[in-house]
Amino acid sequence: MISELLNMNGYGVYVWSSFIFTLFSFSFLYAVVKLNLIKEKKKFEENYKSLDEKKLASVAKQKNVQRDISKHFHI
Amino acid sequence: MINYFNPNNTLKIINRIQKFVFALFIIVLLLGLVEALVLSPEDYKQSDSVRIMYVHVPSAWISLGIFSFISILSFGVFVFKNKNFSLITKSLAPSGFVFSIIALVTGSIWGKPTWGTWWAWDARITSMLLLSIFYLLFITSWKITTDTGKAEKISSIIAIIGLINIPVIKFSVEWWNTLHQPASVKILEETTIHSSMLTPLAIMTAAFALFSLLIFLMKYNTELLKIKNKGLNRL
Repeated sequence: MISELLNMNGYGVYVWSSFIFTLFSFSFLYAVVKLNLIKEKKKFEENYKSLDEKKLASVAKQKNVQRDISKHFHI
Repeated sequence: MINYFNPNNTLKIINRIQKFVFALFIIVLLLGLVEALVLSPEDYKQSDSVRIMYVHVPSAWISLGIFSFISILSFGVFVFKNKNFSLITKSLAPSGFVFSIIALVTGSIWGKPTWGTWWAWDARITSMLLLSIFYLLFITSWKITTDTGKAEKISSIIAIIGLINIPVIKFSVEWWNTLHQPASVKILEETTIHSSMLTPLAIMTAAFALFSLLIFLMKYNTELLKIKNKGLNRL
């Protein structure tokens, strides 16, 4: 049963390489996009933490930014 | 209507649905893989090599669909001057590009046992290669142009020019004699593919569409954070 599934009437090497290439491409794209997202989130947290009181007050005036910070980050 | 595309509204929605889309994608993909590799029958002519169709065809459909959508939104960039349209197109391009590469590579692998060659410069394959090049140009225009306004214009022009290639891909098998077979799944005419093969094809298409949605959401989120980071740096 397993050898039949792997062999696929002699077409196994073509079928499996197609599926493996597709899943590898998915994993690669997901990893790249996820790492970039994490990097930008970290940068945002660091930028926000480095703000002085005056700048923090300026951010607090901008409702949207303040709402996003409280919703998505644990600062 | 355009307010629905406001980045601050969408960021809230994106974070809510991202995990849900990921879970749904995994479930649909597993179901699709079982259907495509185990349950679906072999073809009477192509035998088991027909299973390559379940990754090749959805990839080609989705890469075509994404590029068409990018081109339409690129018109919107010029007409409505809405910056968020270009943010959406920029976030859609990576998954569209990867799907076009998957379609080319799996098509090439399928070509070897079916036509006896990895590659042929026929109309369908060449126009698909052109689509990948348009995607690459679109992504590169954002990477190499430092001025956002210029990058928006250049990428939009590339997408609009690339739109000409979409009907060429679609009708290439009818307009010219090609190695590539004509479409088996048709919207307006009767589909010539059996339901036992159509079901796994539909499931795999759904899984691939969910994956491109997931990548879009993550990329769009990243782009919004980049804008917010720039805003904080300007304070």
